[in-house]
Amino acid sequence: MTETPTTPAALIHARGLTKCFGSFTAVDGVDFDVAPGEAFGFLGPNGAGKTSTMRMIGAVSPVTSGELTLFGLDPAAHGAQIRARLGVVPQADTLDNELSVLENLVIYGRYFDLSWAESRRRAKELLEFVQLTERSDDKVEPLSGGMKRRLVIARSLINEPSLMLLDEPTTGLDPQARHLLWDRLYRLKQRGVTLCLTTHYMDEAEQLCDRLVVMDRARIVAEGSPRQLIDRYVTREVLELRFRRAEGETDDSAHFGSRLDGLAERIEQLPDRVLVYTADGEAVAAAAYERGLRPASVLVRRSTLEDVFLRLTGRSLVE
Amino acid sequence: MTAIGLRLARPGAIASRRSLRVLEHDLLVFRRGWFSYLLSGLSQPFLYLLAMGIGLGLYVNGKGGVPGGVPYLDYIAPALLVTQAMMASASEAAWPIMSKIEWDKTYHAILNTPLGALDLLVGDLMWIAFRATLLSVLFLLVIVVLGAAASPLAVLAVPVAVLTALAFAAPIVAFTATQTGDGGFNVLFRFGITPLFLFSGTFFPIEKLPLFLQPLAWITPLYHGVAAARSLALGQVDAVGLSVHVAFLVAIILAGLAAARITFRRRLVV
Repeated sequence: MTETPTTPAALIHARGLTKCFGSFTAVDGVDFDVAPGEAFGFLGPNGAGKTSTMRMIGAVSPVTSGELTLFGLDPAAHGAQIRARLGVVPQADTLDNELSVLENLVIYGRYFDLSWAESRRRAKELLEFVQLTERSDDKVEPLSGGMKRRLVIARSLINEPSLMLLDEPTTGLDPQARHLLWDRLYRLKQRGVTLCLTTHYMDEAEQLCDRLVVMDRARIVAEGSPRQLIDRYVTREVLELRFRRAEGETDDSAHFGSRLDGLAERIEQLPDRVLVYTADGEAVAAAAYERGLRPASVLVRRSTLEDVFLRLTGRSLVE
Repeated sequence: MTAIGLRLARPGAIASRRSLRVLEHDLLVFRRGWFSYLLSGLSQPFLYLLAMGIGLGLYVNGKGGVPGGVPYLDYIAPALLVTQAMMASASEAAWPIMSKIEWDKTYHAILNTPLGALDLLVGDLMWIAFRATLLSVLFLLVIVVLGAAASPLAVLAVPVAVLTALAFAAPIVAFTATQTGDGGFNVLFRFGITPLFLFSGTFFPIEKLPLFLQPLAWITPLYHGVAAARSLALGQVDAVGLSVHVAFLVAIILAGLAAARITFRRRLVV
């Protein structure tokens, strides 16, 4: 993909967007556009600049330099107007422990200038949506992590936002809670809500994002749909080989890797295993066997965004 | 032009509609515990006045009493009213605000709505003023019941107490926004608030302090609040003195607000 043309319809438009904290550059001149109805993701490890980017988009953190507009408005001049149309799910839950589940939503609606009656009506509807109706009158503290997350999502929807900003929405949740959240986000997307999220989970990005950018060290290093990125940067399949460390041997899989030379497009040595990028994993596995290699385990799988990330940065994503 | 005008006008608007939303939040929390507020709001003054005013007063009055020959109960009642409002507001400006900034981070959730840092500051100061008003009215009630109000002007001790409360709350809120934990509060209360409570003319005239300490009492807001409330409650109002006291309190509030505007922005808008 070449230079993305700036469509006037872009919900978020960023060029050379930069954020510095003193001498530290958290976001270093990033360019991206998010179209209405799109699900857009920032994928990257901790400290890549995802949250700083999201906070600038959320019109709560001033832009150091570069260009940023939301709904065609400049956040420096129209912060309140922009925030009125956003639904924000921050990384920390920031729920009010002094109020009940329902009250947390109702008062949040008041911040958006809804009447008490309207705010209550929406709050009840949203509790239904996130399956927390039975907990309406409970305090927030005893809720599970997944429930709190759902409550934060409900809270972010009280103003019927046209753009949702989700900063690591499922970090720290168990698989069930994650799938429930994904389902709710997917439904919102179907209703035409634009989603903009950060994650360091590949499966999350693949599940939710139409398009994403990979961030590393304050910069965007790649952009495209999950499929495009996989096609562009890695092969169709990945063969994972693990070797048992032989008695008295100091070095493990490293020298096995070299014995695979010529069999595949690219070979990646990880501390615990060898990744072989190839169109046909089974064939390479067979060839390796013929060369006398006896791996302890063999796994052929489809390549994922994790492989893309590894390729782009030389580092594993989740550490 | 209008855009510039609006931007200039906004910071000046002390009570914008948006800051009222923050007050609403605090009232919603208050609604959950109003009964215990009421109970402690009535029992505290009763106990203090009983022990200090009547109990200790027996000895003080017998030993010649305080200057002016007023009963000791009448002398300390308005002072304790102001002091209680001050104490409550000082702690309200410390721990709960710290929680909203740092521990529960609820301020950060609110900043994702159209509300801004200044709305949080003004809204929570309004809540502190509300609570000081409530406590002072309850205190006044107890004073009246105990027959310790010499003059109907004692009613005006309530607004004086609220001004004093804000003269503490505004600078403390500004300080809170610079802190990352509550360690600083312990120092503040141990070496600031508690000595003030004891030595700002609450229990005895500051003229009884060592000479070098008297100017120190003069520059503390509590001394001015106590002196103003006492003169009103005893019906011994000196217009010039009262104006000076009130002007001093207002000046401290404005200075505190200006400082808090800066520290709030620095802390919350990054």
